[in-house]
Amino acid sequence: MSKRSKVIERDAVVIKFSGDSGDGMQLTGTLFSNTSALFGNDISTFPDYPAEIRAPQGTVGGVSGFQVHIGHKHINTPGDFADVLVAMNPAAVRANARWLTEGSTIIYDSDNFTEKSIQRAGYKADPFVEDKLEAMNLIPAPITSLVKEVLKDMDIDPKTVLRTKNMFALGIVYWLFDSKLKYTEDFIEEKFGKKPLVAEANSKVLRAGYYYAETVEALTPSYHVSPAPIEKGVYRNINGNQATAWGFLAAGEKAGLKIFIGSYPITPATGVLEELALRKDLDVKSLQAEDEIAGICTAIGASYTGRLAVTSTSGPGLALKSEAINLAVMTELPLVVVDVQRAGPSTGLPTKTEQADLWQALYGRNGESPVVVIAAGTPSDCFKYAYEAAKIAIEHMTPVILLTDSYLANGSEPWKIPAMKDLPSITVPWAVRTDEAYLPYKRDPKTLVRRWAVPGMPGMEHRIGGLEKTIKGSVSYTPENHEIMVKLRDEKVERVVSEVPDLQVTGKKSGDLLLIGWGSTYGHLISAATELNEEGYKVSAASFNYIRPLPKNVSRVFAGYKKLVVCELNNGQFANYLRMKHQKFTYHQYNKIQGLPFTIKEIKDYCIKLLEGK
Amino acid sequence: MADTNILQYTAKDFKSDQEVRWCPGCGDHGILASLQKTLAEMGVPKERYVFVSGIGCSSRLPYYMNTYGFHGIHGRAAAIATGIKIANPDLMVWEMTGDGDALAIGGNHFIHAIRRNIDIKIILFNNEIYGLTKGQYSPTSAKGLVTKTSPYGTIEEPFKIGELVIGARGRFFARTIDYNLQLSNEVYKAAALFHGTAVVEAIQNCVIFNDGVHDVFTNKEVRDDRTIVLNHGKPMIFGKGRDKGLLLDGLRLKVVKMGEGGITEKDLLVHDAHEPDPGLHYMLAGMQYPEYPVALGVIREVKSQTYDGAMLEQNERVRAKSKIRSVDDLLNSGSTWKVK
Repeated sequence: MSKRSKVIERDAVVIKFSGDSGDGMQLTGTLFSNTSALFGNDISTFPDYPAEIRAPQGTVGGVSGFQVHIGHKHINTPGDFADVLVAMNPAAVRANARWLTEGSTIIYDSDNFTEKSIQRAGYKADPFVEDKLEAMNLIPAPITSLVKEVLKDMDIDPKTVLRTKNMFALGIVYWLFDSKLKYTEDFIEEKFGKKPLVAEANSKVLRAGYYYAETVEALTPSYHVSPAPIEKGVYRNINGNQATAWGFLAAGEKAGLKIFIGSYPITPATGVLEELALRKDLDVKSLQAEDEIAGICTAIGASYTGRLAVTSTSGPGLALKSEAINLAVMTELPLVVVDVQRAGPSTGLPTKTEQADLWQALYGRNGESPVVVIAAGTPSDCFKYAYEAAKIAIEHMTPVILLTDSYLANGSEPWKIPAMKDLPSITVPWAVRTDEAYLPYKRDPKTLVRRWAVPGMPGMEHRIGGLEKTIKGSVSYTPENHEIMVKLRDEKVERVVSEVPDLQVTGKKSGDLLLIGWGSTYGHLISAATELNEEGYKVSAASFNYIRPLPKNVSRVFAGYKKLVVCELNNGQFANYLRMKHQKFTYHQYNKIQGLPFTIKEIKDYCIKLLEGK
Repeated sequence: MADTNILQYTAKDFKSDQEVRWCPGCGDHGILASLQKTLAEMGVPKERYVFVSGIGCSSRLPYYMNTYGFHGIHGRAAAIATGIKIANPDLMVWEMTGDGDALAIGGNHFIHAIRRNIDIKIILFNNEIYGLTKGQYSPTSAKGLVTKTSPYGTIEEPFKIGELVIGARGRFFARTIDYNLQLSNEVYKAAALFHGTAVVEAIQNCVIFNDGVHDVFTNKEVRDDRTIVLNHGKPMIFGKGRDKGLLLDGLRLKVVKMGEGGITEKDLLVHDAHEPDPGLHYMLAGMQYPEYPVALGVIREVKSQTYDGAMLEQNERVRAKSKIRSVDDLLNSGSTWKVK
């Protein structure tokens, strides 16, 4: 195509798009990832944005970023450090300075590096000097003025002109990676179809950015990342919230139950409600409730009538729902509560990721309150575990808390589309009318699961509720009965273990160190273990998806290693849970509580230090 | 279903095997009896009824009805009932609640159920006190009431339930008295037949913690002169000798004596429960003794689309237009690519 003076062939590259929260960086990042995925790269993405919709312009607090890791090998994480940074203003440089690698390329809108904006970002005079970035490959591009120039003859308002800046930056990056523009052009066409002038402007600017990069050529070296060797099949990109919602739809269809979702908007969980609200074509009934409590209570009502009922929330909302979760525990109705965790306590860091709701999910309710708790490991994994959560809830007549988090909810990756026929069956424990009276709390002797009779079924009228009751469902304050019922409910949840697959290990079955984690740290742990192995250390990794009940083989797995390190994005909640459940082992902890995912490097550094006794 | 041909129910068919545990003399007994009688007369298969409640004395009622029943948690009955009705609009959903349950801890769900016009029947037992927790003031307690938590008298204004319902854009509001089985039967029937959120304020006497609080207008000797039973299409006449009436004087209601100043029945207001404008209904619902008689019967009954009905229609509309018929269709929709 063009005279590329130097093309670097890479296994993987990390690109970070960064600018003001109104600069369109999330869209730019998404378009770049989809283009790369279509080309055949494996990808992993991580959006990182402020809580404010339009935070003060030009400040570090207002920086919105989107990181994409593309690779020719299997990609497990969005990457620790960026090889390429697109910075729309000085604040974007400041926010990302410590997340760059040696020799990173920084493409920046030089028009935006005025004295005023430099100072607003907290610099005195020269961002690159002050953050010691002079040795980086700096590519100044006067994006703002070029965009104005490109569109000067078009009849569009100045605001719309400036909004196309992100397309110029994207054009530059596409040239840098020798990518095709078609996917993005099709997207622009579809998105702005009704505003042909805006569509034309965006397309024009996208191409202008591409040709600018080609012309100035100062951009060299450019990168080439070959397609990854990927299992055959049909693929799509999916983020965690979408995958979660679709997992429920799949489970509902498999079980023959229609879906109800009652939820209240809360970052970062709202996407689950939004996705299911779209699916009226699959007869989803969705209710944006007046509050978190109404969200779960409407879901419990729907469950009582025989729907697959779901409520989605984040940590503060889970706290509000706790009394109602216990109502589902007591009435033994199927219910899935999704907690898309964010950094707490209280409002905390609402757009940042954390794994600190584990204890809340396990214990945060009054009385003896057993529920199943499971966690998803990657964005696309959310489909599988949403499906599993629904399957367990239905088959075991119990509430299930599904833990995902901000990192999974917003992150995306290519996903091999499954066929419905290949998903495991789901058997609904419907009550069947017999000559004997229906007893709502009569249990299957093996699983302790009660039978499900729903309003409309003649002859099975019954009353259930939050008071302690006997097997018949009538209220009972008898001391012995309460103890029996408490233990039955607990044992019922414990027996879910028969469905729980064994804990899997990445790496050898024995060694010097086992990295242990749960949920969304999966990618970082297995990457760290794999790299440490390549460097000669005897390190494996095991990531839990089933928290309550735990898999049966935990002790056997742990016994194979000299040291156990539990890595979590909290202050040690799972480590302490393991100390209680599997007391004979000694657990080391590696914890991070910064609202950010792990970096592979910091986990490796910790392991090496521990192994070498430093 | 097999049972549909034997719908000759009596009130007894709606009695469950549970022993009724309210205090002797409690107004709840009358409400329960009226409801069982009403349901027996409706001809709806009893497996289609769901009685939902929150927490409080009133909320024990579902245990005594031989229908499907759900005893929820404090304040949340309206939300649970909403979920039930939306999930299966074929069900007849009745919510049993009290002044504390519906208006204090459950105030949010109460107003939003009404605003949405979910097709549920809410019977709000109003005894102006917390009974189950043994006598604390409620959101409907009269200002100044001395209770255990207001030993020097309350200093807050009470809600008037009808005003709250109409303020939340309610389409159906009625009022009855616990012991008046005939009026209750008529009012519950009207609620049952209404499509939308029907709120019935059941004036209820707590014999233990607030005994006689409503006596000023419910006492048999005075009630005819201090209450008015509103009937759609009928003039607003009341009084033992049917000698008093209501008319509009400027922007206010006025009690008049028939014959005085030449007033005849023709001068009185005629009750129009179906009038969408809530102005007059709001005034009628807010009437208090001694200035006015307390209004009983169906005060407001205005047809409007229900939320659950609208959702059915919307789902149907979207489904008719969509190409996605199954989860497989959905998973393969939009941008996908093939790896060979």
